[in-house]
Amino acid sequence: MTVDRVTNILVVGIGGQGVMTAAEMLARAALAQGYDVKKTEVAGMAQRGGVVSSHVRFGPRIYSPQIDPGEADLLIGFEAAEALRWLPYLRPTGVAMVNTLRLAPPVVSVGLYDYPADPIGELATAGIEVHAFDAGALAEELGNSKLVNTIMLGAISDYLPFPATVLEECIVAGFRAYKPNLADINARAFAAGRAAGHV
Amino acid sequence: MQKPAANEGYTLMNAVVYAQAESRHLLSGNEAVARAAWEAGVRVAAAYPGTPATEILENIAHYPDIYSEWSVNEKVAVEVAIGASLAGSRALAAMKHVGMNVASDAFMTQALAGIVGGLVIVVADDVGLSSSQNEQDSRYWGRFGHMPILEPADSQEAYAMVKRAFDLSEDYEVPVIVRMTTRVCHVKAMVMVTGERIEHRAAGFQKNPQRWVMTPANAKPRLPLMYDRERKLRDLAEITDLNQTFSGNDRRMGFVTSGPAFMHVRETFPNAPVLKLGFSCPPPLEKIRVFAGQVDCVVVVEETEPLLETELRAAGITVHGKDILPRFGELAPNVLRPAIKHLLNEPYEVSTRPQVGVFPRPPTMCASCPHLGPYFALSHIRNLNIIGDIGCYTLGAGHPWNALDTCTCMGASLSMAHGMDKGRGESDEKKHIVAVIGDSTFLHMGMQGLLNMIYNRGNVTVLLLDNRSVGMTGGQENPGTGQNLHGLAAPRVDFAKLAEALGIRPERIRMVDPYELPTMVKLVREEIRINEPSIIITNRPCSLTDRFERLKPYTVVDDQCTGCGNCIDLGCPAIFVARRETVVAKSGKPKELSFARIDSNTCTGCHLCVGTCAPEAIVQNDPPPALPHSRQPIWIHTAP
Repeated sequence: MTVDRVTNILVVGIGGQGVMTAAEMLARAALAQGYDVKKTEVAGMAQRGGVVSSHVRFGPRIYSPQIDPGEADLLIGFEAAEALRWLPYLRPTGVAMVNTLRLAPPVVSVGLYDYPADPIGELATAGIEVHAFDAGALAEELGNSKLVNTIMLGAISDYLPFPATVLEECIVAGFRAYKPNLADINARAFAAGRAAGHV
Repeated sequence: MQKPAANEGYTLMNAVVYAQAESRHLLSGNEAVARAAWEAGVRVAAAYPGTPATEILENIAHYPDIYSEWSVNEKVAVEVAIGASLAGSRALAAMKHVGMNVASDAFMTQALAGIVGGLVIVVADDVGLSSSQNEQDSRYWGRFGHMPILEPADSQEAYAMVKRAFDLSEDYEVPVIVRMTTRVCHVKAMVMVTGERIEHRAAGFQKNPQRWVMTPANAKPRLPLMYDRERKLRDLAEITDLNQTFSGNDRRMGFVTSGPAFMHVRETFPNAPVLKLGFSCPPPLEKIRVFAGQVDCVVVVEETEPLLETELRAAGITVHGKDILPRFGELAPNVLRPAIKHLLNEPYEVSTRPQVGVFPRPPTMCASCPHLGPYFALSHIRNLNIIGDIGCYTLGAGHPWNALDTCTCMGASLSMAHGMDKGRGESDEKKHIVAVIGDSTFLHMGMQGLLNMIYNRGNVTVLLLDNRSVGMTGGQENPGTGQNLHGLAAPRVDFAKLAEALGIRPERIRMVDPYELPTMVKLVREEIRINEPSIIITNRPCSLTDRFERLKPYTVVDDQCTGCGNCIDLGCPAIFVARRETVVAKSGKPKELSFARIDSNTCTGCHLCVGTCAPEAIVQNDPPPALPHSRQPIWIHTAP
């Protein structure tokens, strides 16, 4: 069963964090659910530590791959300041799921710019629904810092127009097929993220 | 194709290689092109890496039955494809928009002579300049070279149109351009794979000097044939199903559009009539005239130049276009909506929140990047004009190095530096001219500039930053890496021997380890003072490739750090300022101190920074790092 409306999800972070992989998983899950899907990135030179944003749109028929400012239903921020940067893309009724990680680029570390004191607080005052937690700490608890990606996907899985299990199955099936030794730990990471996403 | 039983290389990325006909896949435009090329029976494919087209060849390389290669530049790639076509094989060349400039010498004449096996040039225009030095509209080449252009709007169309392009190419004996943009190449969308490979036998080269030897006497009779071919293509454009009309109830405005702009138009104005040009050159003028008669007014939505718009006006069709739309950038819904609403005299509310003031996050060089040392050296030497080139090292223009003064096009550094030397102005009298270029760019188009400079007794110090990789596009191979597109061993060019063969005296060819900072600085100082061409060649691999060896990370001993900030000037993202302090210097003036730390997850132990630290506060860590040696993260240190 699918819903008629188009769903817009914006995944943001920094090159190397797995933003594009997370978006790919969302797109595959939506495809598995029978939606038309488009996924696009503005990555540019992202591998060099720049900003990455990935747009995922799904619905009965998708034309433009791009999400307009003010049209995102869900904002997944892999880093606190990046979530704040992309806030203008979120609908007034939108949900932001944010990893509280703070990553300062060299221009901040040498003092040319300041890192926002409280990006999560700023998001909260914008009147949107914000959920924030330390995904890195959760990943460390599970014993592998690379699990952040799956944890973030678990966290937003109950905010999708299809069952969380569809996304979970998509992720875990991928690991089962290609890296079977990581399937179980990713299933646990997804569950941990799913719980954290309601806080 | 049957999936091999045990194929180590079989990953999610190239799953479509083994996809059966009638299966659905989430594919990027580039992946779709590769699958289509395979199905179309392509036997030879060539390209030089360039965003956003790079993945076309990377994906084609996964398919059996296709000979594929990284060529040294786009002109060579097209010539390889032409040769294959004359032998009767279907052939494909792929490149980014600026590659077309390089390749144009080849295809402009071949378009006159014609082809035998289907020849398709896939070009990717970087509309919006996500990673390019300019924004070019490759549709001009179709007009210039009298070649047809197909314009897919998404992955499914890229798949279908590449297959159609080969038939079209053979039917009309003409190279066909498939014009993609970033928003087709890098968008993943659903593709229904409908076929398997169909072999097209190559008959072999049929000698025919009057056809293939383009002397004036042989070329002249081809001209009327070329225009006759163009007339036939024009007729085809009027009737082909690649040009599609979508009806709509709201006839106040009809859109003529192509490529991904079509998607934006449908998204924004779902009820408006649209004429979508998949076969956009030569344009179907009569079809457009009929369409224009059915709507109140026509808006041409094209990325990026007012090309079709101008042609329609010349044909007496009244249209709107760049009078209401931007001349550059993507024509996304948020651009189209206000422009069209304004034309319709309808209110338009901007509903978005104000922009949030967050610091910029410019791309940086990576931890232990072998370019860091050379740029530290350049940023600490005065009186230099530093003429740059295309690659990761272009980032040297940014913080904290500010040590690159120009970047124009592939290979331009050496020739522009030579010209700047010969054309010295008053303020340049005491300046030393330095050219900075990478290994792949040097082999692409740089060595001609070096030869020219030597031949004409120029005086430029060349920094050849050999990181054994096409770094900026993701670490592809080139003739300097020792491997080919398929990761197999290949002859490796010897840059020092090459430089000597071109005419640099052996004493002026200096090999250097870019992590040996004091030597690096000393060498640059020495060579700029010598009045003849010289070349400094670095020898460390890109730190994002598997050739890079990760060692034990370094750390800063806090009580020994004096806060001088020298190591920070390297611009290594593993080094960050932990604490800033203002003190009073001996002169009585306030002095800013920056106490550094090294993030041990990011540091790869290249020891470059050790050379900047007078108090020897940077020491190697124990135990060794836990992360694998390749693909290390490039940020990691947390904000205060």
